[in-house]
Amino acid sequence: MARLNPDNLAHAEELIALYPERRSALIPILHVLQEQDGYLSEDGMAHVAELVGIKPVEVRGTASFYDMFHFEPVGRYLVAVCTNIACMLQGAYRLLEHAEETLGVAPGGTTADGMFTLEDAECLALCGNAPCVTVNWRFFGDLDPQDFDRLVEDLRFGRLDGEVPAHGTLSRVRRRHSLKAAGSTGSASDQAALPNESQPGSDASEGPAPDLPAPGTHLDLSTRRSTTATAVVDAKHLENPK
Amino acid sequence: MTFAESTRIVTARLHNERSWTISSYLAAGGYQGLRRALTMTPKEIHDQVNTANILGRGGAGFEAGRKWGMLRQAQPVYLTINGDESEPATFKDHALIEGDPHQLIEGAVIAAYVIGAAQVFIFVRGEFPLAIERLQAALNEAYDYGAVGANIFASSFSVDVVVHPGAGAYICGEETALLESLEGKRGYPRIKPPFFPAVMGLYGAPTIVNNVETVSNLPWVVLNGGDNFAALGEGRSKGTKLLALAGHVKQPGNYELEWAKVTFRDLIFDPALGGGIRDDNELKAIIPGGVSSPWIGPEHLDVSLSNEAIAGIGSMAGSGSVIPMDHTTCMVRAAWRIVRFFHRESCGQCTPCREGGGWLEKILERIEMGQGRESDLDLLMDVCDNISPGVSWPPAQTTICVLGPSMPPSIASGLSRFRDEYLAHIREGRCPFPPDRLPRRLARV
Repeated sequence: MARLNPDNLAHAEELIALYPERRSALIPILHVLQEQDGYLSEDGMAHVAELVGIKPVEVRGTASFYDMFHFEPVGRYLVAVCTNIACMLQGAYRLLEHAEETLGVAPGGTTADGMFTLEDAECLALCGNAPCVTVNWRFFGDLDPQDFDRLVEDLRFGRLDGEVPAHGTLSRVRRRHSLKAAGSTGSASDQAALPNESQPGSDASEGPAPDLPAPGTHLDLSTRRSTTATAVVDAKHLENPK
Repeated sequence: MTFAESTRIVTARLHNERSWTISSYLAAGGYQGLRRALTMTPKEIHDQVNTANILGRGGAGFEAGRKWGMLRQAQPVYLTINGDESEPATFKDHALIEGDPHQLIEGAVIAAYVIGAAQVFIFVRGEFPLAIERLQAALNEAYDYGAVGANIFASSFSVDVVVHPGAGAYICGEETALLESLEGKRGYPRIKPPFFPAVMGLYGAPTIVNNVETVSNLPWVVLNGGDNFAALGEGRSKGTKLLALAGHVKQPGNYELEWAKVTFRDLIFDPALGGGIRDDNELKAIIPGGVSSPWIGPEHLDVSLSNEAIAGIGSMAGSGSVIPMDHTTCMVRAAWRIVRFFHRESCGQCTPCREGGGWLEKILERIEMGQGRESDLDLLMDVCDNISPGVSWPPAQTTICVLGPSMPPSIASGLSRFRDEYLAHIREGRCPFPPDRLPRRLARV
């Protein structure tokens, strides 16, 4: 729980190289730190401050503005129940109360086994599938209390590990190209990550996505439950978990 | 023509299998718009976009071509795509990024070519990791394909695109807050003037900030011509609009429809669209353009969903989110939830918003809890007046940005339509609607 490990340090340097000013990489690097430790530790933030060339207090002062960053450990799964207007109209508060009973914690609380942290969230932009929940920001829509309990069970027994990585994991897909325009020298990232990811037109492999893609494999970004990429004209837009 | 047959521009490929991959995109004619664009001069494309009269799809409805024309002549120039969609009940950009990330990349590169941008940043809301993953994977593919990077499609044009994740703050959808956030700072909206990032934006350089849906239209406009785009829609509202329908309808979802050719009645009741109010209940009120907009009523069902028509009835089309509420809905509770959202998301720079939001939330809470006083109704309006003097529409502003002035419309329009309902809460000492266990919830908040 401290500074960025060597791999993440290299990742951070790649991120810094993408911006005209180092500080612009601050939030992306804080996501990397949170992925590493599950939250932002003081030592970690001090390390990030060194990297982007600002003071640790400026890192905390920035990070504290943003809801996604945590300053103390949270559960492996952050369960956010949206209660904003569209979900409220579809019974989100009943769902939240049910979630409290199932997990035995109030919003903001973490279960004793460290598995779940519950949040009362603002609009998550899945309003066509209200009420909705995200787990580590992966979407699950049209939930009734029974669906919620099934979701919790699936998570508890690791049945959704492919779709829902551990808390803090923002993107399992890494950028593969340094800056190329305007004669930029770029970073080393061209050689760094996933050199053999799918070529245009190639058929990507099917099957459940691993937590982190091994070099040379293509991460399957389809998902059984959590798509919002549809819902046009015909409203049959979700492969319902039911 | 039925609505199911309406021309689709930005959602044409969303139903294709693995629509987010480059193989699927190319099979559906992807990147032809960019190839064509690179055979044209930036000015020729700019003219097409002006002819198309593409209004910004982020909520303000400012013409994209006009915005580009305001760019201060200086180098470097940056393009930033606003994918920080957080307006409650708006979920269209989310669907576009997840479902067709290559279309967004293609549109962004075309826009970058027109304005001569040195670099593009696509700012995606941090709560959309699937969108970020699919967009980053698509960007990797686009680089490999030669559609992004150095000498795009063997032309002399080069530009880099970077996917930038947000970290959870509604206010970062405000373009100057977005730029602050992109600079690695707290998402505080900037003091105006300068009003436009086109003059002073990212790192003080001239910057264009365009919405995801706006730039997603560009490949089609380049391929089909601005006049064909302008042939769709009516008045200033040209082309198609992606409408996000949520709330008490049978078939919520995103519907791309020819703009200004659809009324609220069509959208809510047509069997191919909303399909009617749930359980065939009575329609009570509609939030017509995101939760910042004043509520309208069933008497407005035949109003067209165009910017002008909705402005004509004293509200706004905003981001294109429509929320019908049925007769079982408590209007105090609805207003409370909206105000609670704005209060939570206030950045805290300006006193009227930071403090006023808390006052409004608490007053609405006690009315809903049955502990309100009749004088609370005047007090609500008084606080609204402090946030937005005159409580008129469009709202006056005492704050750096429009988040604060977005609070009064729900209250003022709700009070003018449903004053009796507010009074019933106060006189009966309880909410007259089914509890939804909200009071217990409120007691702990």
